[in-house]
Amino acid sequence: MPDVKEVIVRVKRQVSPKGTPYWEEFALPWRPAMNVIICLRDIAERPVTRDGKKVTPISYDSNCLEEVCGSCAMLINGKARMACSALVDKLEQPIRLEPFSKFPVVRDLAVDRQFMFDSLKRVKGWIPIDGTYDLGEGPRMAPETQEKAYPLSRCISCGSCLEVCPQVNGKNKFIGAAIVSQVRLFNMHPTGAMHAKERIAALMEPGGIQDCANAQNCVKACPKDIPLTESLAEMNRQAWKQALVGWLIG
Amino acid sequence: MRQPKIIVVGGGLAGLMATIRVAEAGVPVDLFSIVPVKRSHSVCAQGGINAAKNQKGEGDTTWKHFDDTIYGGDFLANQPLVKRMCEAAPGIIDLLDRMGVMFNRTSEGLLDYRRFGGTLYHRTAFAGATTGQQLLYALDEQVRRHEAEDRVKKYEGQTFLSAVIDEGGVCRGICAMDLRSMEVKTYPADAVIFCTGGIGAIFGRSTNSVVCTGSAQSALFQQGVDYANGEFIQVHPTAIPGEDKLRLMSESARGEGGRVWVPKNPTDTRTAKNIPEGERFYFLEEWYPKYGNLVPRDIATRAIHRIVYQEKLGIRGQAAVYLDVTHIPREVLDRKLEGILEIYEKFLGVDPREEPMKVFPAMHYTMGGIWVNAEDQATNVPGIFAAGECEYQYHGANRLGANSLVSCIFGGGLAGPAAVKYARNLSGGAESTSSSVYESERKRQEEKNQALISPDGTENPMTIWRELGEVMTEHVTVTRINKDLQSADAKIRELQERYGRINLSDRTRWSNQTLNFARELGNMLVLARVVTLGALQRNESRGAHYKPDFPERDDANWLKTTRAKSVNGEIQLSYEPVDISQIPPRARRYDAAK
Repeated sequence: MPDVKEVIVRVKRQVSPKGTPYWEEFALPWRPAMNVIICLRDIAERPVTRDGKKVTPISYDSNCLEEVCGSCAMLINGKARMACSALVDKLEQPIRLEPFSKFPVVRDLAVDRQFMFDSLKRVKGWIPIDGTYDLGEGPRMAPETQEKAYPLSRCISCGSCLEVCPQVNGKNKFIGAAIVSQVRLFNMHPTGAMHAKERIAALMEPGGIQDCANAQNCVKACPKDIPLTESLAEMNRQAWKQALVGWLIG
Repeated sequence: MRQPKIIVVGGGLAGLMATIRVAEAGVPVDLFSIVPVKRSHSVCAQGGINAAKNQKGEGDTTWKHFDDTIYGGDFLANQPLVKRMCEAAPGIIDLLDRMGVMFNRTSEGLLDYRRFGGTLYHRTAFAGATTGQQLLYALDEQVRRHEAEDRVKKYEGQTFLSAVIDEGGVCRGICAMDLRSMEVKTYPADAVIFCTGGIGAIFGRSTNSVVCTGSAQSALFQQGVDYANGEFIQVHPTAIPGEDKLRLMSESARGEGGRVWVPKNPTDTRTAKNIPEGERFYFLEEWYPKYGNLVPRDIATRAIHRIVYQEKLGIRGQAAVYLDVTHIPREVLDRKLEGILEIYEKFLGVDPREEPMKVFPAMHYTMGGIWVNAEDQATNVPGIFAAGECEYQYHGANRLGANSLVSCIFGGGLAGPAAVKYARNLSGGAESTSSSVYESERKRQEEKNQALISPDGTENPMTIWRELGEVMTEHVTVTRINKDLQSADAKIRELQERYGRINLSDRTRWSNQTLNFARELGNMLVLARVVTLGALQRNESRGAHYKPDFPERDDANWLKTTRAKSVNGEIQLSYEPVDISQIPPRARRYDAAK
């Protein structure tokens, strides 16, 4: 739609975590290669709604602006997306911006995703090295293993997979596909594999892998194309195996 | 023995490494960061990390890495610590490998290495084209483990405002603002390590992330921490222009065989693919036959500017050249460069495996930064240490690609134990500091907020920022002319004066990003002057600093470190000798083997 000279943006706003949401609409001058971040910056420079009301600039999270830090995830026209790579010319107008619904709103479009980082702690998402002193090279690894693991290691903790998951809701605190996939990554590493059991055990706690209902929304929403359903299946298998062995040896 | 307390400000590679080292020493660490540390700017580093492991049988050595780094930096770096860094680099790669970084592998399961700019060796280990992300995650995971075991306490969503410095001029902690509650508080510590990264925002648009404003460095400078070689700003030759950001296209594209060219006829309207080989000008290969497309960044950037502005050979008259990887097999591109090609594809809707990319230079990195000593990352203020991009130590007048990650990890690794040692040797720590020292600093910062938030101004901070970026990019990047630098400085002073009449469109006290930005902007303006005045004074050309009126390097007068001091609010420049004890300076040229 390059002949459109205005960009209409509707933003769902909320002044604080307990505030009542409300909508505001802005009309911005169209320019080539605009993305949603540019729209939000335009509003910050001239925070006036379409009907001429002076308002505050919109709060939102952003940092790298090239889809690698995971900050600027939000709902754009109802879809979980990164604002930086959401190009205006490819979006239907008015562009609707809303905060993620599965995380507590901080203000406007900014949400609190601490749950994800806490979950990484819960599953012991690290390789337990002895220390940073020199112990020589790490274990050798087949290129094939690296090629499988690397895509998993590109998870940016944006939370899109949790946002679209029906199992993440008021009643259910599913840990989410991103974290399950991270466990798979650490369990693939030769050193990480030595401690696979404790990570799997963490995944079998309430909110763990058993809460996945296989809706498969996560893999479609992932901006990094991580094979999340593959990870869920694999970790489910590992969890069953561990449960079965545990049951057999009592 | 009393237990010391250390604060680390900044959670990128350097900050995380410093944190790990302090935690390993058994000393509690408070880690402050604006963003959750996993979202730090280090994630943007793409191409790789250098270490002379000599795994391609080329006879590479740490000395050659050292020599390439010093030569690439045009002899402005103090040499002993650079030498130590290059010697430590292979061990750093091993450590990262043990931490589980998914580096690309050779067929026998060893780490693979590629070539990068400014060297003739395969010295760069890489994890696809998202190496910085992978390294940051590895360190983030180690810090999370220390956090789970209560050795580290994170303060994410906090911005540093100022150091708490007592009457004796010793740092006793920091003053920070919670970016949600906007509460201003002080945090005592015996030593503080600053790892606050780059300063891209003072140029408006750059390859840097939003948080890279240099605000912390500037605040420290205004409190008496010296700033060195500020005028040395790296402009990366290949980035995709954008209104919000100039997105980097890694040097690794050229390391894997990518070629830079323009049509010989700038009015050629054919698509790149349809322009035959004979009608293309591979100017880097022609001008620099030995290094070709892998000349250092300052050289490549100036060559592209020459092509566009002097030879008028930019693609169809635009400020753009082709970066072409279309001749490389798709399978190789996907295995080694996917991360960056995906960025190009997502943001421009063109597949760079099929169509050559259109790129142009962009502000990328500051070689200059907080002045630190030649031993252990200590600044001139007792109790304050610095590591990573925010300090000046390792890259001289121009940084070689893939050296930044290694300098962050090395510097952070050095600063951690140094801060511990300093803190343990203190006769009286933060606990013996009078509470009035903290209270007066907190009040001073609170008053600054109050002044900004009071409703009597007319100037919009976003507008001042845009104008700052424009003047800095135009006059203080690739080509520097003294009268333009003078007018740039005058413009910055005008902006500072307008900043005094700032009007915030948000005066609320919850998650007020406008207030935080306004605070950063005030600091950016000061740092912009440090950069500009440093450039104005230095009448020579060296590395990234290029003055057509003084086109040669002038060792007799300018083989010196610029040291900026803030004296009663005035910026004073002085100069100190460079330690050239290991490699005597020689002419720097890349058209032939050195």
